[in-house]
Amino acid sequence: MELIRLDNITKTYHMGEIDVPVLKGVSLSIAKGELASLTGASGSGKSTLMNILGCLDRPTSGQYWLDGQNVAGMSSDQRALVRNRSIGFVFQNFNLLPRTSALHQVIMPLAYTAAELSDRQARQRAQALLERVGLGDRMDHEPSQLSGGQQQRVAIARALINKPPLLLADEPTGNLDSHTSQEVLEMFHQLNEQEGITVLLVTHDPTVAASARRTIHISDGLIAAPRDGQDQFRLAGAGSAEVPTR
Amino acid sequence: MKSFFRTFKTAGQALMRNITRSVLTCLGIIIGIAAVIAMMEIGNGVSALNAKAISGLGANTIMIMPGTAASGGITFGAGSLLTLTPQDCDAIAQECPAISAAAPTVSTSAQLIYANRNWVPMQITGTTPAYLDVRAWGLDEGSMFTDQDVRNSAKVCIIGQTIKRQLFGDEDPIGREMRLGHVSIRVVGVLQRKGANMMGRDQDDLLIAPWTTIKYRVSGSTGSASAASSSSSVSDAVNTLNNLYPSTGVQLYPVPSASQQANTPQPVRFTNINTIMASANSTQEIPVAIEQVTQLLRQRHRLRPDQPDDFQVRDMTEFANALGQSTSLISNLLLIVATISLMVGGVGIMNIMLVSVTERTREIGLRMAVGARSRDILRQFIIEAILLCLLGGAVGILLGRGVSLLARWLAHFPTAISIPAIVASVVVAASVGLIFGFYPAWKASRLDPIEALRYE
Repeated sequence: MELIRLDNITKTYHMGEIDVPVLKGVSLSIAKGELASLTGASGSGKSTLMNILGCLDRPTSGQYWLDGQNVAGMSSDQRALVRNRSIGFVFQNFNLLPRTSALHQVIMPLAYTAAELSDRQARQRAQALLERVGLGDRMDHEPSQLSGGQQQRVAIARALINKPPLLLADEPTGNLDSHTSQEVLEMFHQLNEQEGITVLLVTHDPTVAASARRTIHISDGLIAAPRDGQDQFRLAGAGSAEVPTR
Repeated sequence: MKSFFRTFKTAGQALMRNITRSVLTCLGIIIGIAAVIAMMEIGNGVSALNAKAISGLGANTIMIMPGTAASGGITFGAGSLLTLTPQDCDAIAQECPAISAAAPTVSTSAQLIYANRNWVPMQITGTTPAYLDVRAWGLDEGSMFTDQDVRNSAKVCIIGQTIKRQLFGDEDPIGREMRLGHVSIRVVGVLQRKGANMMGRDQDDLLIAPWTTIKYRVSGSTGSASAASSSSSVSDAVNTLNNLYPSTGVQLYPVPSASQQANTPQPVRFTNINTIMASANSTQEIPVAIEQVTQLLRQRHRLRPDQPDDFQVRDMTEFANALGQSTSLISNLLLIVATISLMVGGVGIMNIMLVSVTERTREIGLRMAVGARSRDILRQFIIEAILLCLLGGAVGILLGRGVSLLARWLAHFPTAISIPAIVASVVVAASVGLIFGFYPAWKASRLDPIEALRYE
């Protein structure tokens, strides 16, 4: 069953009098439980596509179904609800609140919905998630007291607090060293396999892209030929991610 | 409700994250509110003192005078009809709740003689001990005569400073016997100096004695000649000894004949007095007091609804207005100062909130990404601003109380706690937060989440 379906999505920015088309008709479908990566050079429309997938932005035209809902026509308040309920965000620079304990970071998204949860339930859920990402002993630590990998794991726990079906990770390992990158990627794989969460990794790091079971490559506002055989990525060097479009 | 409470908690946490800045931001509001509270309390004390001082001049005094007689379209002016009795005065003092004291007065003019000096006081007033309460006047030495003295027509009096100076010089007047007209009278007290009144008349040139003494012993037949009076019949015979020994001349209970009783089934009116002076509880209560006195006297004088009053009630409008003006001047001044200081505090809040919005752009973007609607962001920042102002207001109230207590202890400033000022400060603090917090909050809520997340 498909979780995401994009149908001929276009996005055009208006810079003064000039129209800049960034997405030129993207059609894509991602099934529930997939772990996919989205790659592309800078300027290829990767970030724009991710913003649309994350319901942060609206497409100029085209249809976007997320979990059976047509998101493209929603108002900003409705999209905020979708972001809260259906999407977990993990950012490159973690985006944790300064001077706030890990536990409160994780509880934070519940402030906007989840009125049915009592404070104690919310706290318990956040504690369970922090234990799940291996930070059970650092719940009271503030971001400045945590390493990069630990911060990213707090961010992952925060993304999962509303039990979203989709986890959207924007360069999750961009600020991490290779060892902790591996740990974080491992965590995505675990979540994908054990919890059945659909994970979409947006990256331009070929090794990260290669760790996904499916790679979606975007180039010049269009999806390049779908590549299910990711084996060649594993073997290829840093520049080879760009190769298929040439 | 729950999400509101959570927003509240979030706002509190956000403020706690930057505690020093929050406190400094509050400082503007703290100082503003503290100034308002301290000024209001000190101002209240001052205007209470002011009110007391002005009511000492007689602002609370109500004069009740007999009405005018009229005959064939010709009126004879105030006091030409004697309709007031001492019993009216007692009734006013007892039955009108807005009246704190009432005293009857009769007056006369006579020469005072002591040793080889003589003097004609400008004012000789016969009254009861309540007179001093009505006029808010105290004694310098000695004591006031008593109600007993009034009942007995005792030959005692108290004198003003001018009479003391004219007749006694440096001598102690207490216990001395003077002659007032034909009557030997003993000084029991000396009034405090009051100075001239607004018309330039020397108020210390005054002798006060029991009204029975003045009426029956000194002036003798004053008032008994009036047509309306059925007063005790003082002998018309020219006999100066009547004044010295009134008991032979005064018949308090005239024996009416049978036909008289049949013709006039009214209660006998014993005696008349010139005016009644009463004092209202406060300047504000004067109109109520006048209304009560009018009702009571109309009832006591058995006037039909269509009949005009047979008395007149006057108040000291001029004084009352002066008092009201000075009080409103003080409070207007305070209001201006308060408004300015709160404006300054509010601008400080807005400034810091704007800085805070810019500084926390990424946080706002993140909150939007995890599902905050723009109105959630708006609400959070407004509540932060209001919380800042309310906390500042609370501290400011305590500080203001402290300052006014300090002023009371150190500078002996009169202060009075002002509940309206406290309530108003809380309301103003919250609305300053709302007004000056709205723009930054609105700016925050309009941020584009994509831009905000990318903001460095």
